[in-house]
Amino acid sequence: MPKVKIYDTPMLDELENGEWPSFISGIKRLRDDHPNERINNMVNGLLGQLEHSYETRMGWWKGGTVSVFGYGGGIIPRFSEVAEHFPESKEFHTVRVQPPAGNFYTADILNKLADDWEQHGSGLQTFHGQTGNIMFIGSTTDEMQPFFDKINAYGWDLGGAGPCVRTAMACVGAARCEHSCTNEHGLMRHLVNEFQDDLHRPALPYKWKIKVSGCPNDCTNAIERADMAVIGIWRDDMKVDQEEVKKFVEAKGRDYVIDNVTDRCPSNAIKLNDDNTVDINNQECVRCMHCINVMTKALAPGDDTGVTILIGGKRTLKIGDMMGTVVVPFMKVDTMDQIEALVELTGEMIDFFAENALEHERTGEMIERIGLVNYLEGLGLDLDPNMVSEPRQCSYVRMDGWDEEVKKWYDKKAEAASA
Amino acid sequence: MAADKPKMPIESGAPDGFQYMHPTMRRNFGQWKYHERPRPGVLKHVAHSGDEIYTIRVGTSRILDVFTLREITRIANELGDGFIRFTIRSNLEYMVDDEAKVAPMIEAIEKAGLIVGGTGPTITSPSHTQGWLHCDIPGSDASGVVKSMMDELVEEFKREEMPNRVHITTSCCQINCGGQGDIAINIQHTKPPKIAHELVANACERPTVVARCPVAAIRPAMVDGHPTLEVDEKKCICCGACYPPCPPMLINDAVYTTLAIWVGGNHSNARGKPTFQKLVAAGIPNNPPRWPEATALVKRILKVYKEDAKDWERMNDWIERIGWFGFFEKTGLPFTKFHIDDWRGARNSLNASTHIRF
Repeated sequence: MPKVKIYDTPMLDELENGEWPSFISGIKRLRDDHPNERINNMVNGLLGQLEHSYETRMGWWKGGTVSVFGYGGGIIPRFSEVAEHFPESKEFHTVRVQPPAGNFYTADILNKLADDWEQHGSGLQTFHGQTGNIMFIGSTTDEMQPFFDKINAYGWDLGGAGPCVRTAMACVGAARCEHSCTNEHGLMRHLVNEFQDDLHRPALPYKWKIKVSGCPNDCTNAIERADMAVIGIWRDDMKVDQEEVKKFVEAKGRDYVIDNVTDRCPSNAIKLNDDNTVDINNQECVRCMHCINVMTKALAPGDDTGVTILIGGKRTLKIGDMMGTVVVPFMKVDTMDQIEALVELTGEMIDFFAENALEHERTGEMIERIGLVNYLEGLGLDLDPNMVSEPRQCSYVRMDGWDEEVKKWYDKKAEAASA
Repeated sequence: MAADKPKMPIESGAPDGFQYMHPTMRRNFGQWKYHERPRPGVLKHVAHSGDEIYTIRVGTSRILDVFTLREITRIANELGDGFIRFTIRSNLEYMVDDEAKVAPMIEAIEKAGLIVGGTGPTITSPSHTQGWLHCDIPGSDASGVVKSMMDELVEEFKREEMPNRVHITTSCCQINCGGQGDIAINIQHTKPPKIAHELVANACERPTVVARCPVAAIRPAMVDGHPTLEVDEKKCICCGACYPPCPPMLINDAVYTTLAIWVGGNHSNARGKPTFQKLVAAGIPNNPPRWPEATALVKRILKVYKEDAKDWERMNDWIERIGWFGFFEKTGLPFTKFHIDDWRGARNSLNASTHIRF
């Protein structure tokens, strides 16, 4: 038990009621039951300040500058603005740490990380923050370097913070998911580990987030949340096991299959036959995943897999919400040469962003300002009708270079045909 | 003794997940055939080799104290195979290759006060932000909002009875770190920042702050002899974008910082293209410790969705079918002038047709 007065927390106590696990009960256990008095005290201060926030409906932390030797970012510094009332937690910094691709842990490695954080920090951690970092929440400036040195020695590195390449994220992917169209974990590590210099030393106009999802279900929310979304996809025919289709139809009934599978196809590309098999029109299929999600035993992505790359996703600040949009409709990433080409393209995208974005402008906003064509030309990417929902509708454009552009298109076609 | 020379960091980046992966998953990497859900909270994946892996999905408090974490790892080591992962919504997952281990693990997990569920058509763990516990700009405490709300929705976490999965998110400022969701409970400020003019010049890089404003409402000024910034309050949209780069421009307020509810955000490409969430309710009091008004509204929307949506319809799919007229009719929520967008591109959100519902 701490040797100081325990702050009253009548409002927080209300969050100990109810069935959902209570973060307040967890923090209180650290205050009341932990053998380390430093942790008792620090967490007592934290609860005091949090109760103060609940009472005043205001936050009382401010930022600052704290890092480890050799890096610019990765620590989220927090200094209390009410430290005179709650001095025990006057410094309460968070350490962001990059997770393994796919968020895999053994119980033993979690214990090892927790043991080290218990020695240097508050004993609180979160798996994971919204960008994907492990967050070791709460300790003093002095404890940052020793904690980092310890975990860095056995394979853990700080995450991104500020205007830089950020910690990347991959879905569970090929490790456990039958929908996986690529090696999500491998791609994520190739893409982000190549740019660790840009991750640890913030020097970009603003954030650059990379997320890798193994199929168009996009479980990492990449299109909505990442500057660079890498999404697994296939370009050949979907795989159909007609015997499993029949079993599914017999078990669920034709009405169910019509209502929940064929009618929900966004491009009317799947048809239920009289003999309870299905026909897929693979030219018209948009690879949305819905029928595969419903009939996971019977339907599967094809074998000629690769990735689609969408660029520019972000939330509201500053000019409004943006989805990522297609800049590479399909890219093979099976061989090391192909993966290296993707890494090289990523580097060019980061460089283009560094050179052309305004301060605090995300890639999506930069593209909005300069136009997608300038972005594509800057990166040497080929045009494709898959990049648009529809072509231009306003005639207010100068088109005196039309014939040259048409020639480029036919030259590209000829080149592709001869390859 | 001379101080140790500082050690340069090893820039190892994201670790390789294979070293922490269940051997059955390593062995069958990229070779999975299908999956089933034997019961809510449990996934069974079957590989082409015939190997099986069982996953038990668990809801936690997300912010884990070391005691809870050690209980989680004890269950993994003593009753499971020692392997754990986390979904991007902070659901905890145990993986075991023997079906016989599943039931004893579930018993131990529930005994430890954690909740098994969150698979398939459930209300799965909400994704949320740090709030008053740690953030430097929060208007609320997302952890508290989520805890209070999930206490009342916990049965829907445990049962697979919703039309499709429901992703809830909460955010403590309009930056919206919680992200897009079928339902999002987010801070909405309703008054311009209160400026501590004497502090601005020392705390803020003023041109940066001027540039940060989405509606160009901020300009340099001199107030009481202090070089500072002023806000054109007629133009100000109260978004709070000036607050992070300039803490003396305090946007948070005990009364005028409120909550708004947005629905229909969907990250998946399944069926339709991904969608952003849309405003449905605002002016909800930011009312700690249990935010009952916000929870009541969320439950009201979910009740109608559960009754009215068809199988596989996410919130956005359902609303697309019944129309926004249908949504406001069925939920009984008021439709106000604030629901009509006026941001750039807003005209694309208007109905340019005679497709009218009655």
